[in-house]
Amino acid sequence: MEKTALNFTLNGAETGVFVDAGANLLDVLRRGVGDQTPKYGCGQGSCGACSVLIDGELHLSCLTLAETVAGKSVETTAGLAGGPELHALQKAFIDGFAAQCGYCTPGMLMAARALLDSNPNPSRDDVAEAISGNICRCTGYEPIIDAILAAASGSGRRFG
Amino acid sequence: MAVHHGRGFACINYPIGMNLGGDPSQALVHSTPDGKFMVTLSSIDLGQGMKSVTRQIASETLGVPVEDVYVDTADSDTGPHCMGSFASRGTHRVGNAVIRAATEARQQLLEAAAEELEVSAADLDTDGAGNIHVKGAPGRSITVADTAIAAQFKQGRTLSGRGIFLIPPSEADPDTGEMTPVSCFAHAALVVDLEVDDETGVVEVKEINSAYEVGRALNPKLVEQQLIGGAWMGVSHALYETTEPYYPDREHGPQDFNHYLMPGPAEVVTHNIAVLERPAEDAPYGGKGPGEMCANPVLPAIANAVYNAVGVRCDTLPITPEKILRGLRENGGAKPQGRR
Repeated sequence: MEKTALNFTLNGAETGVFVDAGANLLDVLRRGVGDQTPKYGCGQGSCGACSVLIDGELHLSCLTLAETVAGKSVETTAGLAGGPELHALQKAFIDGFAAQCGYCTPGMLMAARALLDSNPNPSRDDVAEAISGNICRCTGYEPIIDAILAAASGSGRRFG
Repeated sequence: MAVHHGRGFACINYPIGMNLGGDPSQALVHSTPDGKFMVTLSSIDLGQGMKSVTRQIASETLGVPVEDVYVDTADSDTGPHCMGSFASRGTHRVGNAVIRAATEARQQLLEAAAEELEVSAADLDTDGAGNIHVKGAPGRSITVADTAIAAQFKQGRTLSGRGIFLIPPSEADPDTGEMTPVSCFAHAALVVDLEVDDETGVVEVKEINSAYEVGRALNPKLVEQQLIGGAWMGVSHALYETTEPYYPDREHGPQDFNHYLMPGPAEVVTHNIAVLERPAEDAPYGGKGPGEMCANPVLPAIANAVYNAVGVRCDTLPITPEKILRGLRENGGAKPQGRR
């Protein structure tokens, strides 16, 4: 199958990759570029594990045609930390024990990032709604909601 | 038509581990040349905290800082045998195996240090901060790192240990049928408050209050995390989850996340937990591990609360609005049982 060149910005870095016609963004990120932070959960947009930001908006990468991100900015969990300094959300997730198996965590972090970018002081209901497209099997959601609220209020870091 | 409040109670006596043909787990511990310790297991961490807890146990037994202990659970092809992460057995079985392996490795560590300090190993102790010293004479000491270097480059010995914990097979007594399949039990009691809408049959869980006795909580935050997440899964099993078909036949059953019902972040239930610590004698530092018991008592408590609210006794799961409405019709309407 003929491949076409795709250029976009991934976590701030110019990225070029050859993609098959009709390839989805999740496959291109994981197999083409090697960013394995977006997870393959259901492949049909039901679980949220593949969530990424495209030009700042939350999208399900498994349902996104890769070629539609040409020239756009894609952000994944791999770009959350600034060098050795973790993002406030990452610190809050660690401190708040907001992950168990961790498979949903990258999607949760991106959904939370999208929320806090548009609404820095969310209510508990805002947070619940923001992550309502993300399935978690382990935590019962409560620690995740608490962690996002802690990150928003700046009370996320208790140590370190 | 009204919304009825109901309260249900359940308690549980939960066996840790299982026993069919015996229940073993093994652990290996060895030091690296720089005095760090590697714990090798085949016991998989599914997110329940196996790596964290075995790391703490190894650190405590070896007498070295927890930062200097690494746990490798990578591969059941190359690691020592483990029956697996199930039956709530991980902390108890694997933890005990780690204690035995770490005890042997600690002895070798002290013997190597004794050779360097020219004292008897029996006179040595660790300070938990990376040093080995003569008891009563903290100034007479050597670091764990220097001991490991000496052992491996000068003395020619390994600092390593092997451990297995086995609950042996329990045969049934031919006369009475009595057997002892389990050595250790955990316990919990749980109260659920919920509301049932007798028009729609929808159940809304309002609050859970629970008390869990899991031996010593080796890592209290991980215990709390498991109890919260597990209770959520219990609510999910009780009210939502099923792979049974809808109508008219099995073809219409749920086949993906779109049709498989689970409560989401908007259905989070307030859950107040009391953890009672009663260290178990045969458990590693007294810790039994919460495991599956996190989810189990929620189901009967919800079934009891639904009965308490509207008088419908559901004996199959999940307790769907349809089952409640059929029960209400059979009973001629809601029959609240009231508080006793």
